[in-house]
Amino acid sequence: MPPSSANRSPFSDWRTRKTTNRLLQAIEAETRHLSASLKLMEVCGTHTMTLHRSGLKPLLREAGIEMISGPGCPVCITPDYYHEAMIDLLSSRDNILACTFGDMTRVPTRKGSLQTIVPKQGSQIKIVYSPEEAMEEARNHPEKEVIFFGAGFETTIPAITFTIKKACQERLKNYSLMAAFWLIPPALKAIVESRELAINGFIYPGHVSAIIGEKPYAFIAEEYHLPGAIAGFEPADVLLGVLSVVKQIRSGQPRVANEYQRVVQPEGNVQALALMDKYLTKEAAIWRGLGVIPDSGLRLKPEYSDFDATKRFSLQLQPHRVKKTACRCGEVLKGLVGPAGCPLFGRNCRPDSPQGPCMVSYEGACLIEYKFSGAKHHG
Amino acid sequence: MCLAVPGKVVSLNDNGTGWVDYLGSQVLVNFSLLPGIKIGDWVIVHAGFAISRLDQKEARRTLKLFQELEKQS
Ligand code: SF4
Repeated sequence: MPPSSANRSPFSDWRTRKTTNRLLQAIEAETRHLSASLKLMEVCGTHTMTLHRSGLKPLLREAGIEMISGPGCPVCITPDYYHEAMIDLLSSRDNILACTFGDMTRVPTRKGSLQTIVPKQGSQIKIVYSPEEAMEEARNHPEKEVIFFGAGFETTIPAITFTIKKACQERLKNYSLMAAFWLIPPALKAIVESRELAINGFIYPGHVSAIIGEKPYAFIAEEYHLPGAIAGFEPADVLLGVLSVVKQIRSGQPRVANEYQRVVQPEGNVQALALMDKYLTKEAAIWRGLGVIPDSGLRLKPEYSDFDATKRFSLQLQPHRVKKTACRCGEVLKGLVGPAGCPLFGRNCRPDSPQGPCMVSYEGACLIEYKFSGAKHHG
Repeated sequence: MCLAVPGKVVSLNDNGTGWVDYLGSQVLVNFSLLPGIKIGDWVIVHAGFAISRLDQKEARRTLKLFQELEKQS
C-alpha cells in the first residue's frame, strides 16, 4: 500500500526551520539574562539522536545551553559480564536458543561478542524485534531451551514481562528470561548525588515517561531543586523541553513539566506498571560507568524463578576485574567526557570495529556523534 | 532502544493484537498493555507493543502553539 496522506503522521510538520528558529529565539531570550551558560542533560539516547540529526546541538550552544548525553542507552549501560554469561552458556551447552535485540549481539567483551562466538552444536543466537518472537520460538521448538536476553528501560520492560505472563498461562516449560532491566529515576538520583557534574536540569525521556508518568521524577525538583521537562522526539519537542527548563531556572521554581502530553499521561501507563509490579522486584544493580545504584534494577520475583534464566542455568552474574582498556564509555555515560574525548574515537573505534558498547548501539553517544559529526574523516 | 513510533490502528483481532499502519506499511502490534484501543486511534509502538495512545487533541494544541510562534517571527 502506498503512503496515503490520510495516514500521514500529524506531526511531520514539526520539523520546519521556522518553528525551531522561533523556539531557539525564545530560549535565547531567557538565557540572555543568565550570567553563565547552562548544562542540561538529555537522559535518553533517542533525544541525543534528535539533537544531532537536526543540527540543534551547536545552535543550542550558541544560545547558552550545553546539552550533555546521559546514561539513556540500555545496551551501553549493561555490563560486559551479562554478555559473557550468555556467551559461556551458548558455547558450553547444546540446544540453547538465545534471542535478543540486534545491538546486543555486537557488544565487544573480552570473550568476543555474541555475534562472533561459535555456539556449541545445536545452540544458536537469534536476533528478534519483539520479545514475542522469542516466545514463538519456544512454542515451535519444544526441544530447545529458549532464552530471551533482554536489556531495557521502563519503555521495554513491560513488553518483555508480558511474555512471562503468557509463558505462565501457557505453562511453557522451555522459555526463560535473562533480564538486564534498568530503572531511570534511581540512575538520575545517582548522577545528581555524585556531584561529578554540575547539571542545571534534565530533559526526561519521553517513552520511559509514557510508562512511568510524571511522579517518579518529582524528587529531583523537590529534594535537589533541579528543573526538568518530559519531552517528545521531534526537534521542536526537544526545544520545547529546553525552553521549559530554562523558564523554570529563571523563575526559581523547579518542577516536572510535561511537554509531551500528547503521549505521556501524568500517571503513566497503569496497565504496564501493574504488570511490572506483579512479576518483578527491585534490586541494587550495577550500571556500566555509574556503578552500584540501589533499587535501580528489576528481576523476576522468586515465585516466577522457573522463568529466570540466571536461576535455571545457574548463571554467574558477577562483576569481574576488567582489563583496563582505553574505552571511556563509562565516563561518556555519566556525561563527564564527550565521545571525542576518547582517544580511540574514530581511530580504533568505529561502527565497523566498535571497542565499546557506546559505538555499537544506535542510541550510543559515540555512534551518534560519529554518524553526525563527520568523524568518518577523522583519524 | 526506546525509539517508538506513532502509527494508526487499522484493524483489530480478537486476541489482543491488531494491525497498525505506518505511512503505508502495516505491522502486527500487541495491544495488551493498552486496553480499549479502537480502530482509527493513533498509538506509540515499541518492541511490538503499543505502549501509549497519542492524544490527537493534545497534538493539535501543541501544533497550534508552534504555528503561533511562527506567526510572531
Ligand atoms: S569511542 Fe569507542 S572506545 Fe571510545 S568511549 Fe566510545 S565506544 Fe568506548
